[in-house]
Amino acid sequence: MAAGLGRLERTQAYRPRLGIRRAYNAVATGIGLVAIAIGLAMLAWLLIETGLKAVGWLDWQFITSFDSRFPERAGAKAAIYGTAWVMAFTLLFSLPIGVMAAIYLEEYAPEGWLKGFIQINIANLASVPSIIYGLLGLQVFVRWMELGRSVLAGALTLALLVLPIIVVATQEALRSVPPSIRDASYALGATRWQTIRHHLLPYALPGILTGNILAASRAIGESAPLITIGALTYVPFTPQGPLDRFTVLPIQIFNWTSRAQADFQHVAAAGIVVLLGILLLMNSGAILIRELMRRRY
Amino acid sequence: MTLDGRTSPFTPEQLGYKRSRQLKEGAVAAVMFLAAAVGAITTAGIILSLIGETIAFFRDVSIVEFVTETEWTPLFSVKKFGIWPLVTATFLTSVIALLVAVPLGLLAAVFLSEFAHPRLRAFLKPALEVLAGIPTVVYGYFALTVVTPFLRHFIDLSLFNGLSAGIVMGIMILPTVASLSEDAMSAVPQSLREAGYGLGANRAEVAFRVVMPAALSGIAAAVILGFSRAVGETMIVAIAAGQNPRFTLDPTVPIMTMTTYIVQVSLGDTPYGSLSYRTLFAVGSTLFALTFVLNIASYVLVRRFRQEYD
Repeated sequence: MAAGLGRLERTQAYRPRLGIRRAYNAVATGIGLVAIAIGLAMLAWLLIETGLKAVGWLDWQFITSFDSRFPERAGAKAAIYGTAWVMAFTLLFSLPIGVMAAIYLEEYAPEGWLKGFIQINIANLASVPSIIYGLLGLQVFVRWMELGRSVLAGALTLALLVLPIIVVATQEALRSVPPSIRDASYALGATRWQTIRHHLLPYALPGILTGNILAASRAIGESAPLITIGALTYVPFTPQGPLDRFTVLPIQIFNWTSRAQADFQHVAAAGIVVLLGILLLMNSGAILIRELMRRRY
Repeated sequence: MTLDGRTSPFTPEQLGYKRSRQLKEGAVAAVMFLAAAVGAITTAGIILSLIGETIAFFRDVSIVEFVTETEWTPLFSVKKFGIWPLVTATFLTSVIALLVAVPLGLLAAVFLSEFAHPRLRAFLKPALEVLAGIPTVVYGYFALTVVTPFLRHFIDLSLFNGLSAGIVMGIMILPTVASLSEDAMSAVPQSLREAGYGLGANRAEVAFRVVMPAALSGIAAAVILGFSRAVGETMIVAIAAGQNPRFTLDPTVPIMTMTTYIVQVSLGDTPYGSLSYRTLFAVGSTLFALTFVLNIASYVLVRRFRQEYD
């Protein structure tokens, strides 16, 4: 009884405090916007500082020269070639395997422990630190399979790293296919593979391509796993085959950043602008593909 | 046989398919299964390759020394194998990163989910996601050449330190924390918000006293996943935090995280089967175990959260 009365008295003493509460609302809205602004301001700061440092250093000579001990002569040719080689082989492995794994999980796997197990595995692999993939690559591809510290070993390592991204994106793309398309195909007597091959994959293609470009842009920026498998940091040549040794742009940037001469900070900045430029092109490509292909349906 | 919308309700025999067609169907299914198995094989491969070399490591170094010694000098003539300096450095940079990413990320998430007009949200969310797409080596460069010199105007700081590396890492994981927390808050049923408004609460009161508590396990999952990212992050700390294994929590001096150690040894020439080669895997196992526990905790929290409102 006493407690009930107390509550009643407090209710009677209720003051709306509208002024304070309105101010609270306004402040809460404001600091939310400020938090986002801080994040975006850091991004702008990073881009502007790096861009300014690259001015005068990013030129044709930089793109077409090999690395050098002298900042004025240093270039990113070996790194650009290495990145292209590694990326081509990474996608060669990860694209078909990732897409097929997603098709299995969405179209073939019966509900049950096996599907759940594979699904949890893929979710966990997506959050394993990238450097752990480097140790896996070092032990399995470099040592056991005796591929050496080659383009192929690096590409296989990165392929495993980006596999979860491709699987999840492809699964989502397949899930977005309307069930009526499947039903129509089966109704005409098509087998499961015919339905997938001729109806589901074409429909899901924009989503699959976008997922693969995202995966490739993740792989292009990775350096830790490739350093771990022993990619070179000073390379005065371009790879001639998949078993050659290599370097990639992020490793080259890391190497320039760790050099003593102050001018190498400008060389590193030029490398960063090239790397971010490639990433920007790829992501614009992803958006373009999605927009262009959406119109077909 | 039941029709579940994805499989043909008829067996191949009923449809009168030729045997060759059936064989092809079976072969395709088998290949697809093998591709999906790569995921499980990768996990097994990670665990096996880590465990093999780690066991070999502990044949030479006692596990007691590994977890009690406070010095890490495996490449010196007097070798000491105490993991603690690497663990404290990893912990220090990750906590600084969380101190940046959690307040900013949560406020950003609340704003995007509860306050922002859908059109503003459609612009701000992808803009924030760009932060997650910047390669980590670029963040490392930014921490070393921009943030450290800037902070040196205000405090006494070594060229390599845990503070700038941690701050920049916080900016890197901000989108992870923000976007997962926002997912959690958006999943809170509209009826809870409407009940709040019905009682006369304003937007901020509903956001902070109704939606945030309701989304708490999802937000916790986001923070834990952010922590796991920070623990496993390599290039930022390798470039900006230093390469000096030191048993300290001082953010102004050079330190060495677990990931930095792996990079440092990998850059040198480490013969296969040597003790320094094995230290890579001992440190790697510790790192993997730590992030694995964090990832599972985050996964469990997200699932619990989804069950609450499904």
